[in-house]
Amino acid sequence: MKTVSEFHSLNASTALVSVWYRGRRLDLPEGANLAAALLAVGITSFRETPVSGAPRGPYCMMGACFDCLVTIEGVTRQACMLEVSAGLRISSLADPQGGQDAL
Amino acid sequence: MHCDLIIIGAGPAGMAAAATAAQIGLTVVVLDEQPRPGGQIYRDVDRVAPLRGDILGRDFTEGTALTAGLDHPNIHHIAGAVVWSVEEAVSVHYTRAGQSHRVTGKRILLATGALERPMPLPGWTLPGVMTVGAGQIMLKQSGLVSARAVLVGAGPLLYLLAVQMLRAGAPPLALVETQTKGDALRAIRHVLGALHGWRDLRNGLAMLYELWRGGVPRYLAATDIAIEGAAHAEALRFVSGGKAHRIAAGSVFLHHGVVPNTQAARTIGIAHRWDAGQACFAPELDVWGQTAVKTVFIAGDGARIGGAKVARVAGALAALQIAQQLGRITAPQRDQKARSLVRRLQAERAIRPFLDAAYPPMAQALSPQDNTIVCRCEEVTAGDIRRSAQLGCLGPNQAKAFCRAGMGPCQGRYCGLTVSAVLAQENMRSMGETGYFRIRSPIKPVTLAELASAEDTQGHE
Repeated sequence: MKTVSEFHSLNASTALVSVWYRGRRLDLPEGANLAAALLAVGITSFRETPVSGAPRGPYCMMGACFDCLVTIEGVTRQACMLEVSAGLRISSLADPQGGQDAL
Repeated sequence: MHCDLIIIGAGPAGMAAAATAAQIGLTVVVLDEQPRPGGQIYRDVDRVAPLRGDILGRDFTEGTALTAGLDHPNIHHIAGAVVWSVEEAVSVHYTRAGQSHRVTGKRILLATGALERPMPLPGWTLPGVMTVGAGQIMLKQSGLVSARAVLVGAGPLLYLLAVQMLRAGAPPLALVETQTKGDALRAIRHVLGALHGWRDLRNGLAMLYELWRGGVPRYLAATDIAIEGAAHAEALRFVSGGKAHRIAAGSVFLHHGVVPNTQAARTIGIAHRWDAGQACFAPELDVWGQTAVKTVFIAGDGARIGGAKVARVAGALAALQIAQQLGRITAPQRDQKARSLVRRLQAERAIRPFLDAAYPPMAQALSPQDNTIVCRCEEVTAGDIRRSAQLGCLGPNQAKAFCRAGMGPCQGRYCGLTVSAVLAQENMRSMGETGYFRIRSPIKPVTLAELASAEDTQGHE
């Protein structure tokens, strides 16, 4: 997994909370836009397409393109429409339980 | 819940309409998907303006005047409300925090804004490729700026994001612009009209000067654009000035204009017509923004692309007409209040024909090569759509059956115009004849659990 972010942050340091992403712990800014927060820590591919398995990441950042889909508590959600909260468990569409064993 | 006016969208049109209606005495419910008001143009403005208003500029920070207008006892702003169904007689269903709700009213105002025009280019589905709007949302809301970005396409939004990135200390590697000399010549005849919008012209020139002074390279009349990369965007290839170029980049931001977001309006059978000047479908409205479905109004970029300042005036005008129809003001009162608004509307619209002509959609993206993906969700290529046409497919709704274009979760938002355009070209028919996808509710996904949790209207009151 790519871990060097293409983005750098203009923010003064903000409070971080722990979330689980595909079984690994990430510390993300509390209340931040989830898609942006994942991009900021170098996660660029959020899912693989059902047709060809191609990697996809956020495209529109406004809830219209559905390319940033992730699974949260068994439900498919748009990462760009969510905020980071402590303990969030994020997994992939293909493996909705993925990483939960690690908890 | 019941109210006089249900407004969908808390961008400039929705916020201005809410404030105008509330001041006249109407009860208003504003439903908006985002956690905080502003729409995309003023995204999260109350929180962000003090943090980086200097980078984003006054055109952004002045949005706080509109969000302040929502603070009125007659306005109930429901944030995080995802509207999935609109019914003309007269109710709206939405989900919020895992529960479905229904609100009823006397009128509905759709203020759902614009979507970025689909820009299918080779490699546009790779992670790292986003819309210019998305790049700007990252900067506005999250304070994130790409370190190695190329901006590709045409239009003032390209310049605005580039200037904001420059001010943030991370100028883009290059602007790769697609407008041609011919476009500039065609735009010249609109210059006189645009002079009425001289402030916009001046702002545009100031942005170009800032980019030039900042040393941001601009490549013009670019063609043969392709994004390279395996699992992520790695470089942009294009031809400009008769030479092939390759720029290594980590982010590619695409933009060639915005188009009305017509999803909600289409579910209730509101007629749309092809607007050749803006190269998009737009709903048919009267001067107040009222549709042929008399309970439903549309204002802002969802009605016709005009930008934030046009949107706020159009929102206020719609609210006046709604107030008059509900008997809260008389027609002369309405007209008296509307007079200065109409003058402002004309002034704010003055620049638009010039912009539409100077920065038209990129030809390559309107007629993509056969192997370019058009429908991102179902990974349908332009070639697939052309083959469907050769098999007798005339319109986009048939295309769904032929090749699944538009059948994915985005419901055609980022392929619809391209599917129609490719079919129109292939069948040698007009866009009007070819038409657009039929859109049905739910316009946003809703889970069975959310449906099962639906609160009855009475239960909520």
